[in-house]
Amino acid sequence: MPHGTEECKQIFATLSEYLDLELAPDACRQMEAHLAGCPPCVEFAESLRKTVALCHEYQAGEMPGPISQSARARLVEAWQRAVAGNKPSGD
Amino acid sequence: MEKEAEIQLARDLMAGQPEAFDRFVEHFRAKIFQYSWLMCGHREDAEEVSQETLLRVFENFNQLRQPERVRAWVLRIAKNFCLMKRRRSQFAPTQELSLDEYMPALDRDGGHVKLQIADWSSLPEDRMLRAELRRILDQAIARLPDTYRSVILLRDVEDLSTEETAQVLDLSVDVIKTRLHRARLAIRQEVDRYLKTKEGSARASRN
Repeated sequence: MPHGTEECKQIFATLSEYLDLELAPDACRQMEAHLAGCPPCVEFAESLRKTVALCHEYQAGEMPGPISQSARARLVEAWQRAVAGNKPSGD
Repeated sequence: MEKEAEIQLARDLMAGQPEAFDRFVEHFRAKIFQYSWLMCGHREDAEEVSQETLLRVFENFNQLRQPERVRAWVLRIAKNFCLMKRRRSQFAPTQELSLDEYMPALDRDGGHVKLQIADWSSLPEDRMLRAELRRILDQAIARLPDTYRSVILLRDVEDLSTEETAQVLDLSVDVIKTRLHRARLAIRQEVDRYLKTKEGSARASRN
């Protein structure tokens, strides 16, 4: 199968679903049959897979500053109030 | 922190265990900050969203019925606070990304067909992203229209499922899949450009 066909375009449109294992079984078989004969599509799929892996590892350079004591105290208070209201009776 | 550890922390907090509190706050504060910084674009907004979200999370902790969905639950609250911030400051114009602009061109050399893309085998796959590559990703993510950025942040960076992402953003699963694919293609293209530039400079230094 020469690359650049309609089938390549179709493959290109559903590559993420294929990589996420979310493609329906029929479409998945069609994808694999195509990839078996189309090295350019394989190369592209591989670069997309690596892109997803990069996103998984991504962490923004910015981090929040340390939390102030008063901000923490408000959170503790809210949590304790919520959990106290949640205790099953008779327990 | 892995999802399992995060879910356990949520369970511990529901049971009122104080030792889980600071770990939960530290972990989710960083997560909320990252998401809201990348969505709002301002450090002060992201700090405020982090505090407002955590406060809302703790106020409603007794309503967390499924601790295994704690990440999606927290990020949904963060998303809503981000939307309020955005309405107050600037509203970034939205734009549709089309598939066609990301389909790579081909070099036809006789019977041999080659994609005009960089050599991705030079990309390290280890967990430590090199600083330069992280900058490329920072830029690529920032350049995405909001509607695509939110999807890739939740689905790929925060590792929510497609269904959870759809619930957080109040969108259908099909819309999530479409936007995710285009967002990935856009980021792939930016990384590809970066790799090509590196290949070009490596060639130039050899010659």
